[in-house]
Amino acid sequence: MTVPTEEIAAKQPVAVAPPVGAARRGAALDVALARPVVIAASLVIALVIPLVVRSFIAFQLTQVMVYALAILGLNLLTGYNGQFSLGHSAFYGIGAYTAAIMMHRWDITYFWTLPSAGLVCFAVGFLFGLPALRLQGLYLALATFALAVAMPQILKFGPLEHWTGGVQGLVIDKPDPPFGLPIDADQWLYYFTLAVLVLMFAGATSLVNSRSGRAIKAIRDNPIAAAAMGINTALYKTLTFGVSALYTGVAGALGAIVVQFVAPDSFSFFLSVSFLVGLVIGGVGSIPGCLVGGLFVLYVPNIAESVSTGLAGVVYGVILLIIIFVMPDGAAGFARLAAARLAGAKQPHTTEGRLP
Amino acid sequence: MMLEVAGLEAFYGEQQALFGVGFELDEGGVRTLLGANGAGKTTVLRALCGMVRTAGEVRFDGKAIAGWATEDIVRLGIAHVPEGRGTFLRVTVEENLQLGAMTRRDRAGIAADIDRVYEHFPRLRERRDQQAGTLSGGEQQMLAVGRALMLRPRLMLLDEPSFGLAPLVVAELFEILRQINREMGVAMLVVEQNAALALDLADHAYLLETGRIVMDAPAAVVGADESVRRAYLGY
Amino acid sequence: MELLLQQVMAGLATGGIYALMALAVVMIYQAIDHLNFAQGEMAMFSTFIAWQLMQWGQPYWAAFAIAVVLSFVGGVVIERVLFRPIHNAPILSSIVAFIALFSILNSGAGYLFDYTIKEFPTPFGSKPFLGITLISTHQAGMIGVTLGMLALLYLFFRGTRLGLAMRAAAANPESARLVGIRVGWMTALGWGMAAAIGAVAGVLIAPVVFLEPNMMLGVLLYGFAGAVLGGLTSPGGAVFGGFAMGVIENLAGTFIPYVGRELKLTIALVLIVAVLMVRPSGIFGRRLVVRV
Repeated sequence: MTVPTEEIAAKQPVAVAPPVGAARRGAALDVALARPVVIAASLVIALVIPLVVRSFIAFQLTQVMVYALAILGLNLLTGYNGQFSLGHSAFYGIGAYTAAIMMHRWDITYFWTLPSAGLVCFAVGFLFGLPALRLQGLYLALATFALAVAMPQILKFGPLEHWTGGVQGLVIDKPDPPFGLPIDADQWLYYFTLAVLVLMFAGATSLVNSRSGRAIKAIRDNPIAAAAMGINTALYKTLTFGVSALYTGVAGALGAIVVQFVAPDSFSFFLSVSFLVGLVIGGVGSIPGCLVGGLFVLYVPNIAESVSTGLAGVVYGVILLIIIFVMPDGAAGFARLAAARLAGAKQPHTTEGRLP
Repeated sequence: MMLEVAGLEAFYGEQQALFGVGFELDEGGVRTLLGANGAGKTTVLRALCGMVRTAGEVRFDGKAIAGWATEDIVRLGIAHVPEGRGTFLRVTVEENLQLGAMTRRDRAGIAADIDRVYEHFPRLRERRDQQAGTLSGGEQQMLAVGRALMLRPRLMLLDEPSFGLAPLVVAELFEILRQINREMGVAMLVVEQNAALALDLADHAYLLETGRIVMDAPAAVVGADESVRRAYLGY
Repeated sequence: MELLLQQVMAGLATGGIYALMALAVVMIYQAIDHLNFAQGEMAMFSTFIAWQLMQWGQPYWAAFAIAVVLSFVGGVVIERVLFRPIHNAPILSSIVAFIALFSILNSGAGYLFDYTIKEFPTPFGSKPFLGITLISTHQAGMIGVTLGMLALLYLFFRGTRLGLAMRAAAANPESARLVGIRVGWMTALGWGMAAAIGAVAGVLIAPVVFLEPNMMLGVLLYGFAGAVLGGLTSPGGAVFGGFAMGVIENLAGTFIPYVGRELKLTIALVLIVAVLMVRPSGIFGRRLVVRV
């Protein structure tokens, strides 16, 4: 049954659009200009900080960056591709131990451990992603949970002790600043980590904005439609698993170098939970949000502890709940809402205009 | 008038979908809401049941029900057969009917009504212990209507009952709707894309286009209208 | 061969705990359509309440009954106050809410009742059951209670109007509203029931694992795993899964070298993942076919 649309269109008044149109276009421009400014400003601050704060703070901020990177890995898989993982502590651990073994046993310089950890974890992640294709939602959660639980056990496993150092783990030396730069080791590690972070964040940003990124997101939003559009969902899902593991693995390697120590029980399921919490607090599907997540993961448990040692868990839980109630979409979601409100508030409320 | 709607607006988030819709329905009357895809017909029904954010006036039996929760609106005797039928797929046909009577307490009455539904739709009786998800589209539509009847409604809202059904099945269904209206005095507001069928069933019709009512006349008048015939009836 | 049979029996005996937990897990999953990660902590807290009541002089059955009732109320309150306001939030956010609840209950219990391990009485005694040394009267009692609860729940969900309404509300909330079901209260009721079942589970498990704030950790994990193995849509499957976990755990401990307590869980999980490869929705779970 054909409907002659021209006739209907001729009869109708101009369709009333939602109260946006020109207002929204103006706001978008503001946001587009604000972004590079914010990024540049943050970079400047980040570069200056370790020169003005105590060594220990620089050390903590380095850890924040490491966690942020790990959370970004999880974000790529869960936030952008919709595959729920409780197992990222395993990838973090694999990365950490790769770095530790390379430095401890084979005396390899620290920065080569990062790409190695990345490659090893990419392979493991990709291989894990293959059977994971069969599993959805909670069932996938259980499989990744199995991975997380297995990792400390594998690391403590008797026959592997020669490599892993068993229950006691491995100790590694702190790298010295190169070229005799006038900064101490902690500051150097900070800058090194910052450089890696910026590089990998930029990589992730370009990935999610690319065609592949759109395919990855399409798979998350509607896997059947994505497949119907010709996207090779199996390939993308396993590749994303690999890339996600790569990111968290590199973070693990960095973490090992920064903390100078790896031991099996640091890479337990609880670490996975921390990553998940950090991901949600920062904002699922937001790359800058990962930094907020990293800050949360490092500082909030300590804050809870200092409020009350006996009730630390209660304080932590209450803080989490307050944040979820106030910002159910995480810090990034909150920022988005705030920006929209600010932009919307500047323009008059219009009821005429063309449909976008 | 049993149902009176004035200045109804509806919103999906920030998007406005209905712009000041107004209509009415008398006790036992059958009216239809026509329009193309996206005109907002389903939104009207959902607005009546409190399933979307609304503004404006909706009165049922003189009571203002705009802003009420769906469960409370339903208890006034308004049964909604939603788009896609809304069947409880994992329970049996009989359980679906029992669910329809969830707000009633009279066990004997419920049992009698289930029998009556099976009389209208014998095919459902054959499948009474089957999982509803295994029924064909036509059977699920009948089940949806049957479930609505279990409420002993005074008003039935039907959202595209002909959707996805073979012509013979649809004809059968509409004949049963006609019967229900005649025998039980149930008023009906039928949203349909199949204008010919709807205009045949209804006494009065409204034409909805992008969220506004552009025609409001007896069914015969709407059916005879030149532009409607060309746009919606195909000739 | 005899050793194998013995270990299977012993596994079934210990598996009773996991079956009970798995049942609670699946129950709430059916009621609210997602997993309650704080289920174990709620059960643990309920058990502490029962213990405290007994410390204050209440007889066992009175303490038990009061604890179950309080848990039911607690479950309803938690749903209404905590989860109702965020029910439109993304799933990951509500998972974090569960984590928060877990943390609060665990830490709260430790603060209120301290971390020393306490004994907890059993109403069934702990003699060998019918003379079989592998299974004690308490374990037999647990299995009996689990099967009994399973039967009751089955009757409730399949045979009562309220049970039907709850199933409908969880499966299709929008349609449920259209037939007048108050979906919000159905969800709250589901939580209450799951909390009550959790209390029963906790009270029966405590005599075996001893009462302390972290007592349910391992049990919950095995319970979840069992529920997933059996299929989250099937209470009977969950019970089966729980028993299976007990057997697997025991067999792994007996027959595989190098296996310490913690590695047993890993092996069990690996086995489950292997099963999921073949049956992605669990052994008895049903795949919901989604029409596009």
